[in-house]
Amino acid sequence: MSDNAIRYISKPHPVTGVTNSKLGIWCFLASEVMFFGGLFSAYVLLRASAPSWPRGSDLLNVPLATLNTLVLITSSVTMVMAWASLALKDFSKYKRYMAATILLALVFLVVKSIEYAHKFEHHYFPATNTFYAIYFTLTGLHGLHVLGGVVVNTYFLFPGSALWKNDPEQFQGRIECAGLYWHFVDLVWIFLFPVLYLL
Amino acid sequence: MTESPEEIKKHVKIYITVFAALAFLTVVTVGVSYLKLPVVPAIVTALLIATLKAGLVAGFFMHLISEKQVIFGILVVTVFFFIVLMLLPALSRSDLYVS
Repeated sequence: MSDNAIRYISKPHPVTGVTNSKLGIWCFLASEVMFFGGLFSAYVLLRASAPSWPRGSDLLNVPLATLNTLVLITSSVTMVMAWASLALKDFSKYKRYMAATILLALVFLVVKSIEYAHKFEHHYFPATNTFYAIYFTLTGLHGLHVLGGVVVNTYFLFPGSALWKNDPEQFQGRIECAGLYWHFVDLVWIFLFPVLYLL
Repeated sequence: MTESPEEIKKHVKIYITVFAALAFLTVVTVGVSYLKLPVVPAIVTALLIATLKAGLVAGFFMHLISEKQVIFGILVVTVFFFIVLMLLPALSRSDLYVS
């Protein structure tokens, strides 16, 4: 390893006890908490100061969103199973679980676009009213995070998986970090779903 | 990660159990919404169930339950600032909540 290479990628750092990658991804997730926290805070402010607020279940498709919630939770399970497969040194199982994670994420995005298309067809846009503004903003930004996860996971399923042959420990670390991001995206939806659709 | 195959297999059993719990709690969340509770109990119940689900994901899928101190340190700071963020609209105005 050259002098300029980042250290403590596969071995834990002696001071923190974790790899630099894991520390880094958790710091990134902390910033993401502030990102979505700001948006949720805006939702609270808008809803509390509005003269009236519609019931989410009257305007939005609860069965579709419940399906999406279950889809995302399942994708979280397949993601952690992908990491566990690498820990058990089973590369083909890893590929199957990672492929399942990506497919489930795409199902989520397709269902989301069906919801959006339905709204647009009936001329409900972000500019229609405050409820739709915050609904489209919150779910749209979350959807972009799902898409980002799909891109990263696809990289790790195809070209990125070559690292498994040269440095399996580092590759396993990468999948763990990708998994942490993916679970966070699931976490945000776990709060978004009841807040927007059920309350 | 230097865990033995047996330990990983134990983890896998936990993942499946947590998945079942999460699916059940999702159904509970939707079921409770059909009770059409008044606003404040509805919000409290929904957020409590969501926090429980989030705790399961964070604790078991993100391995927080067995993670090192430094990660908790980052999260404690984050949670503090998140609470500040959520309370800011309420604390900055006295006439915020329109009844």
